[in-house]
Amino acid sequence: MKETPDNINFAANNGLLDRRFFLKAGLGVGGGLMSASALSSEGKDRFPWMKQPGMPMGQSGPSRFEEHIKREGVGSQPGTTGSGASRTPIEYLDGIITPSRLHFERHHSGIPDIDPAQHRLVIHGLVERPLSFSMESLARYEHVSNIQFLECSGNSGAMISPKPLQRKASNLHGLVSCSEWGGVPLKILLDEAGIKPEGKWIVASGSDAAMMSRSVPIEKIMDDAIIATHQNGEPLRPSNGYPMRLFLPGWEGNACVKWLRTIKVTSGPSMTKDETSKYSDLRDDGIAELFTFPMGVKSVITSPSLSLNLTGPGIYQIKGIAWSGSGKIKSVELSADGGKTWAEALLDEHVLPKALTRFRSAWKWDGTPATIMSRAIDEKGNIQPTREQWFVGRAKNTFYHFNAIQTWGVNTAGEINNVYL
Amino acid sequence: MFTSKITKIAVNILIILIAQNIFADDVFDGVSPQLGVVISDDYIEQIDFVVMPSGDGLPGGSGNAVTGKVLYSIHCMACHGPDAKGGINGDLAGGHGTISGPIPKKTVGSYWPYATIIFDYIRRAMPYQLPGTLSNNEVYALTAYILNLNGVIGEDELMNAQTLPKAKMPNSEGFIWAYSPSE
Ligand code: HEC
Repeated sequence: MKETPDNINFAANNGLLDRRFFLKAGLGVGGGLMSASALSSEGKDRFPWMKQPGMPMGQSGPSRFEEHIKREGVGSQPGTTGSGASRTPIEYLDGIITPSRLHFERHHSGIPDIDPAQHRLVIHGLVERPLSFSMESLARYEHVSNIQFLECSGNSGAMISPKPLQRKASNLHGLVSCSEWGGVPLKILLDEAGIKPEGKWIVASGSDAAMMSRSVPIEKIMDDAIIATHQNGEPLRPSNGYPMRLFLPGWEGNACVKWLRTIKVTSGPSMTKDETSKYSDLRDDGIAELFTFPMGVKSVITSPSLSLNLTGPGIYQIKGIAWSGSGKIKSVELSADGGKTWAEALLDEHVLPKALTRFRSAWKWDGTPATIMSRAIDEKGNIQPTREQWFVGRAKNTFYHFNAIQTWGVNTAGEINNVYL
Repeated sequence: MFTSKITKIAVNILIILIAQNIFADDVFDGVSPQLGVVISDDYIEQIDFVVMPSGDGLPGGSGNAVTGKVLYSIHCMACHGPDAKGGINGDLAGGHGTISGPIPKKTVGSYWPYATIIFDYIRRAMPYQLPGTLSNNEVYALTAYILNLNGVIGEDELMNAQTLPKAKMPNSEGFIWAYSPSE
């Protein structure tokens, strides 16, 4: 028998359905549509775009009806255009790959227009042989490619606001993206240069106007760091570090230095401006933590979310993304009653370590006020904290590494707001 | 007979592979094309901007706050404000003693752990519209001026590769490492 909203099983209170509801419900539909194509077109209708051949080939932009899907919340320091951020429109996306044109941005002095023929990657400092690599020579090295997220550690920083800010999912949490990153394991190049025993850190510097620089411990570099040259199959976009960037799976975006020019092997960190003044995490005792590299376990409901209002009682799909800098997502739980009861969401097929993971679940909204929230758990057993738990031990206005649960409130009109419980 | 011939070939290939180190622990050893070009000290000198808290990497030259104040009004004041306060792009002075209080105000003076970072950052990135246009003497002088505004050094104190790492920042004890190599 086909399942209808009248005989379904609920997995948690306030309408959360069994996570397999859509799979089962989908089986029965579609039969009536098949035969129409067998008929001749005489007496039949055509849409205007069916009455003549379409546009020429070779276009690569999105449909003109989807042009609103663009980088959101573009903002820069007063008087500048390249010292700020833009965000991935996560509420409009599906799947785990962020199209390159929609990858978030966080720059410190604009996007350099680098000629790859002149660009060199230099490895120097505490090495046996200081070396320089051209793009051409790097192309001959072993390449690896992995689907992994990149998140700015300032992502979701607006969530520290004492009153909930009414912003779309992208403007709250859009400093996260996920790509297939391709490039050369940095270990190969460092082995070629020969690290001296005193070499314990590297200092990576970009060739942007600010020469953005970060120190990274050698263990991470030798473990899984890559010199990324490709993103989603094509050369990096200029806004993502063309022609090459450092990529550190699971670690904060700022340390993945874009437009990478030099790697100096050192005995310790350089204490650059962006690892002390910025991207350090102040505690409530006045002590700040340096080198808080890994990104915590996190999930966000992207739909329904602010601006994607509900249009009346009935069945909806709660959808979102989850990720962890420590490995794979193990499960995502959903609540529609403000965290009193929880049901496990369905994870989409691709559950990869340190990558965005899709979750969804069917939800029957009965038209009464609801509070929906998601909670991710990773394979190491890390559980996404509540907002209250996240604040414990932190200074009031510290905002890096915010990974707490966020709640969307639904009112009787189906309008959605960012709410604190 | 046929199989033994194949086995022989296979064994020979294996020996060659082992000789070429392809099966060594470090898988990259045998296959890296080794295309890095060895570079000279002169070249490194030109591209190395790294300054360490120990002072390692600081260049020759020097400057004090008196010269720095003049340079600041020309190159920096428009964005960072008079006396490095109240500008559109952030305060570089003030906020002292607020870091452990209810509303921490992070500035170079109230928050930064090492004076060397000021030199490193100005030389890399400032003035914002024209990075790389200041001489080392000028960067030392501007660094001295910002330190002086924050009460770290006197107005005549000369900052150079020896003195700058010794300038003790007010919040130098305010940091711990969240990273440990065992992670
Ligand atoms: C056109 C405006 C502009 C001018 C002129 C300018 N700056 Fe800046 N400054 C900025 C911006 C914007 C930032 C933030 C950069 C970023 O996003 O990382 C900044 C950041 C800084 C910082 C880091 C502050 C912190 O707390 O992290 C220092 C120090 C600094 N500037 C010093 C200087 C000095 C010294 C000069 C003069 C030589 C100067 N600036 C001139 C715009 C300017």
